[in-house]
Amino acid sequence: MYDIKALYEAESVSDAIRLRLAHPEAQIIAGGSDVLVQMREGKRAGKELISIYMLDELRGVRLDEDDNIRIGSLTSFSHITRDPIIQQHCSVLGEAVDQVGSPQIRNIGTIGGNTCNGVTSADSASTLHALEAIVELTGADGVRRLPIHDFYIKAGVVDIRAEAGEIQTAILIPKESYENCYGKYIKYGMRNAMEIASLGCSVNVRLSPDKKYIRRCRIAYGVAGPVPMRVPSAEAVANGSPLTREMIDEFALAVLLDIQPRDSWRASKAFRQHIAVEMARRALTGSIERAGGVIV
Amino acid sequence: MSKLGISEPRIDGYDKVTGRTKYYEDRVPPDALYVRIKHAERAHAIVRAIDSTKAEAIPGVVKVLSCFDVPDWPFPTAGHPWSMDPGHQDVADRQLLNRHVRYWGDDIAVVIAETELAAVQGVRALEVEYEEMPFVLDAQKAMEPGAPQIHERFPSNILKHTSYRKGDYQSAIQTPGLVKVEGWYETPTVQHCHIENHGCFAYMENGRITVVSSTQIPHIVRRIVGQALGRPWADIQIIKPYIGGGFGNKQDALYEPLCAWCCTQVGGRPVRIDCAREETFVSNRVRHAIRFHIVTWLRPNATIAARKVELWSNQGAYASHGHSIAAKAVNSFPQHYPCDNMEGDAWTVYTNRPAAGAMRGYGMPQASFADESNIDDCAAAMGMDPMEFRQLNIMPQGFHDSFSGNTNYYDSYRECMAKGAALIDYARKREEYSHQSGNLRRGIGVATFWYNTAVYPISLETSSNRMLLNLDGTVTMQCGETEIGQGADTAFAQMAAEALGLASYRDVHVVSCQDTDITPTGLGAYASRQTYVAGFSIRQTAELLKEKILNYAQSLTRQSPACMDIVDGVIVRKTDGSALMGLQELAMTAQYNPVHSEHLTAESSYTIRNNAYSFGCSFAEVEVDLALCKAQVIRMVNVHDCGSLINPALAEAQVHGGMSMAIGFGLSEQLLFDEKTGRPLNNNLLDYKLSTCMDHPNLEASFIENPEPSSPYGTKALGEPPACSGAPAIRNAILQATGVAIDQLPLNPHRLFAEFTKAGLIHDS
Repeated sequence: MYDIKALYEAESVSDAIRLRLAHPEAQIIAGGSDVLVQMREGKRAGKELISIYMLDELRGVRLDEDDNIRIGSLTSFSHITRDPIIQQHCSVLGEAVDQVGSPQIRNIGTIGGNTCNGVTSADSASTLHALEAIVELTGADGVRRLPIHDFYIKAGVVDIRAEAGEIQTAILIPKESYENCYGKYIKYGMRNAMEIASLGCSVNVRLSPDKKYIRRCRIAYGVAGPVPMRVPSAEAVANGSPLTREMIDEFALAVLLDIQPRDSWRASKAFRQHIAVEMARRALTGSIERAGGVIV
Repeated sequence: MSKLGISEPRIDGYDKVTGRTKYYEDRVPPDALYVRIKHAERAHAIVRAIDSTKAEAIPGVVKVLSCFDVPDWPFPTAGHPWSMDPGHQDVADRQLLNRHVRYWGDDIAVVIAETELAAVQGVRALEVEYEEMPFVLDAQKAMEPGAPQIHERFPSNILKHTSYRKGDYQSAIQTPGLVKVEGWYETPTVQHCHIENHGCFAYMENGRITVVSSTQIPHIVRRIVGQALGRPWADIQIIKPYIGGGFGNKQDALYEPLCAWCCTQVGGRPVRIDCAREETFVSNRVRHAIRFHIVTWLRPNATIAARKVELWSNQGAYASHGHSIAAKAVNSFPQHYPCDNMEGDAWTVYTNRPAAGAMRGYGMPQASFADESNIDDCAAAMGMDPMEFRQLNIMPQGFHDSFSGNTNYYDSYRECMAKGAALIDYARKREEYSHQSGNLRRGIGVATFWYNTAVYPISLETSSNRMLLNLDGTVTMQCGETEIGQGADTAFAQMAAEALGLASYRDVHVVSCQDTDITPTGLGAYASRQTYVAGFSIRQTAELLKEKILNYAQSLTRQSPACMDIVDGVIVRKTDGSALMGLQELAMTAQYNPVHSEHLTAESSYTIRNNAYSFGCSFAEVEVDLALCKAQVIRMVNVHDCGSLINPALAEAQVHGGMSMAIGFGLSEQLLFDEKTGRPLNNNLLDYKLSTCMDHPNLEASFIENPEPSSPYGTKALGEPPACSGAPAIRNAILQATGVAIDQLPLNPHRLFAEFTKAGLIHDS
């Protein structure tokens, strides 16, 4: 019982682009775990759909010629979590997407859909921000790549140009973001499964060779604002600093300078702020420990 | 060999796990029309007009019916046995569709269509004109002067107020040296969340209406459909197939009356109503939110000198089960911790929330939370261990309640607590957790409850049963009591096999489906009564059938019936134990006897004029992460005295389910409403935080089997009891872990954040 006006099944990326140009009002559907739910609620009732779900060319994880991790947009969460490249180089992303909904949702849901849906609570989004991921879009005019920060325009809106026939084809994790980097993602929910994040926090660090200092730290949140966001004030505290408890506390408190959580019936602003500080503290601590650092 | 006390596999188990079992949706005729309900999008209003022009223009829409078309009389919906005393009849306060909108989600129109999609589109296309009125969501505010009036016949929105006075509370509290422990305790609106949403379909044959429904109470629903439609009750046939749970939500007439009426409006063609989960949360029934005020006065020796209990039960928009829940809650106190001077008052109050009805525990999870929280506070005030305080004050062995006639035949409470304490290592942990610092803190808590098995003497208790001897020597049995997922049919088969002397419970074919045209009248699955009440009629009917069998055997064996018995499916001579003939041989001979053919059957009804106390306790061990404002249950043990177990594995499963429900009630579940509009905010399974298996520890169930002397099988309540004491045990464990007594459920991170902040346990600088 879905109010679908028409369904066009794309047979290749170029076919998807053609369909997109022919039906500019149509909604792209991949796994459907967001789109079908929205249609059932009446939000996209009566729309045309272009399915890209059969495009196996958009599935899989590999290292590209520049050693960036290239994740095809249709790769499911469960495949990402179990992928050897992800496990070896970027386990924090596998950890993050392993916290989506339930096993069934993780089998059908895709990282492309998760990001194109444009919501701040997406479990992949904060980690992709912390990893400074690159979004690859393919359209009639060829391939366009942009930082994930720029991909998110506002709540529920991302930079995909339907008029150019664009679909998202890959997400790239630059080598600079994962090499010698160790991260931790913490999802805060009201229960331990089948949950939407009240707040998501992803941190990754690269330590100095002697493991005494943080060379490079990235932290990003979901649900701390209308779109996922980095927290420069906290990163500035951590970058170049020794591994002390005082630094971690200062880092954690600094997130309050940048995040803008809102009051809603799902959680109060004060609550989200409190949790954000604690999550930053734990995610940084966890990242440092995974990197082999010893906090003093 | 006895068929009782054995963990036999469920008789419906294989079909259920292989997907073969047929639920109502599997039986819907292919030509059935879809009925979709238009729910009001105002909390309190009068519907001035509904414009259906656009809806009717949608291809596939057959008919639009609204609150302006329905019969102009109200009907009651509660799944109670009908009372011949008008003063005890359920309140009739809703129509099939309502012009006076009393909650956000009230039923105001339907669209009947050829396809589900057309019906959905039709509902979206309806244009409703409302005259808005002020609304009220809180029970005590609804009683204030000037509050919106929700039903004309009930001033101050009070559906009912009852009270009791025992001894002299006011004088008793003047005694010098008493310690006063006072608290306000509050439980939220929650929903049953059974797996299968309610749904039904109706069709007409020969001028009669058949409704196939996902219900717990087919015979009662027949009466209510008759009342709602103004038709003779025997014009209505209700069929109850297997259902995917109910927990009390389906102990109400939900959409069967509307479905039956819609059927009559399309010439008797089949119509179906299928509730979506969002509708189930709001437009079915919910558990009553109850606010309690308790004042307990303690003597220096830690006994209770006097106690006062007041409660306000949030009924929501329609009476449904009404004051029964609040009455049960308030009346639990004098028996739980008897004391000489007590005052109790309970108000059930209409508000502009979804209608509250029956839900597993029927007021006791709420009462147990308030009572057992207050009792833990009492123990703390006296500097006593909470279990020790309970052992001092809780209902003693031999306690007799003159109203129900119940007697506490054993020292069940203390036995249950002792067993639970040993299993969870209570004393050692209580000591170990008594001095903690740091962010992660553990605590252990206990809570108890009592529960009435059946509804005597408040309502009728009756059970009917029919048994037929089949030609292969097996027995087919029809019960009025319904299988709703709890495993009742399996227990009934074991009980019948035992009483008849069959070789196996598999030799009893329980007709699981109740059909009010065929099935002997029963009241259905509610209270925690079915194993208890069915026991009377199963035993009685089995004895009748056995007598007929042995009488017939006399003509074949020339032995006196008094000297014969049936053992493992064989008629034996009692004097030497020798086998005379198998039941198959007897059945075949009786059926095909050219001179004296007889179809051996028996049927009987039993009026039960008894009730039985069921007891138990929960122990919870929690770990609290102060900074993250989270409590996790790391161990939980329930101990129940529900009498003799018929099927221990099924009993254990019943306890596991109830513990799960209690964990959700304690930690996470709450239906929320927008204060500005009265709109429900989280009526879906994402935003309503039903606990998942990832939120549960290993659930441990244990039993004390004191045989209940009033029951032919020594059994008593276990259906609802497991849901009663878990939440306060968790609350009391958090109290030990953190020193913070939190008196409002659920104990979710929002509440822990507020309470821990107030207590100075968390700070961000």
